[in-house]
Amino acid sequence: MAKLSIADLEEIRNKVKKSTLLREGSFNAKITVHMGTCGIAAGARTIMNTLIQIIEESKRNDIIVTNSGCAGFCSKEPMVTVELKGESPVKYSSLNESKIKKIFEEHVLNGRIVAEYALAIGNEREP
Amino acid sequence: MEDLSLHILDVVENSIEAAATKIEIRITEDKIRDLLEIEIKDNGRGMTEQTLSKVLDPFYTTRTTRRVGMGLSLLAQASKESNGNFEINSAVGIGTEVKASFQHSHIDRKPMGDIKSTLISLMISYPDINIIFVYQDEEGTDTLDSNQLKQ
Repeated sequence: MAKLSIADLEEIRNKVKKSTLLREGSFNAKITVHMGTCGIAAGARTIMNTLIQIIEESKRNDIIVTNSGCAGFCSKEPMVTVELKGESPVKYSSLNESKIKKIFEEHVLNGRIVAEYALAIGNEREP
Repeated sequence: MEDLSLHILDVVENSIEAAATKIEIRITEDKIRDLLEIEIKDNGRGMTEQTLSKVLDPFYTTRTTRRVGMGLSLLAQASKESNGNFEINSAVGIGTEVKASFQHSHIDRKPMGDIKSTLISLMISYPDINIIFVYQDEEGTDTLDSNQLKQ
């Protein structure tokens, strides 16, 4: 195994520090990456790290990214749920790097749901 | 799971589901003893003996979203395939400790993979949880503590 280098440690430190600063304000968008065993095996970590990168590049400080467990649709992983303030959550499925970038650009930044990748809209607990 | 860093992410997600506030991930590489060890220790709610006895059964889970719980059984399998051992200890109200060892040079040992991505993903997703990463080899010990990073 390659030992973590000083540069790696510095990169982790910078990313964590930036993200912690971002969390201090209120947020208008929350992106949840589903990280059950199924999600992780299907590539959820890549989705999470891509999101961390593109949020940083967007220089927006009102978007947070977080994790949750399995959403119950293992064959549709990797999945994320996007929640814009005051709007119903949207679950996106079978993601990859290019799809999550498109979702971020269209839905998170411009408020337009990407219907072709959406699995469900709304909260499953709603009647 | 392609590599061990994904197994680590998966087991730590279990710890978080068990309401842990402090999680220690320790990787020890000992090329003299031809051994790679991964230990994940948390202060979550722990498990009863009854739950612990079923934890390696892939068709057992405490989750309600699905009926299978593959995470620990996959890690145990990965360890077994490379001539290693798998051990899990838990006490209710105290926490859980998972230990997996691997023969370092074994042809079937999975690569460690991108541990940096695993740590970034965990430390950013769970800023309120103290994640401590300890890496030990013949050259010494490196420690990364998420609480110290925030300061």
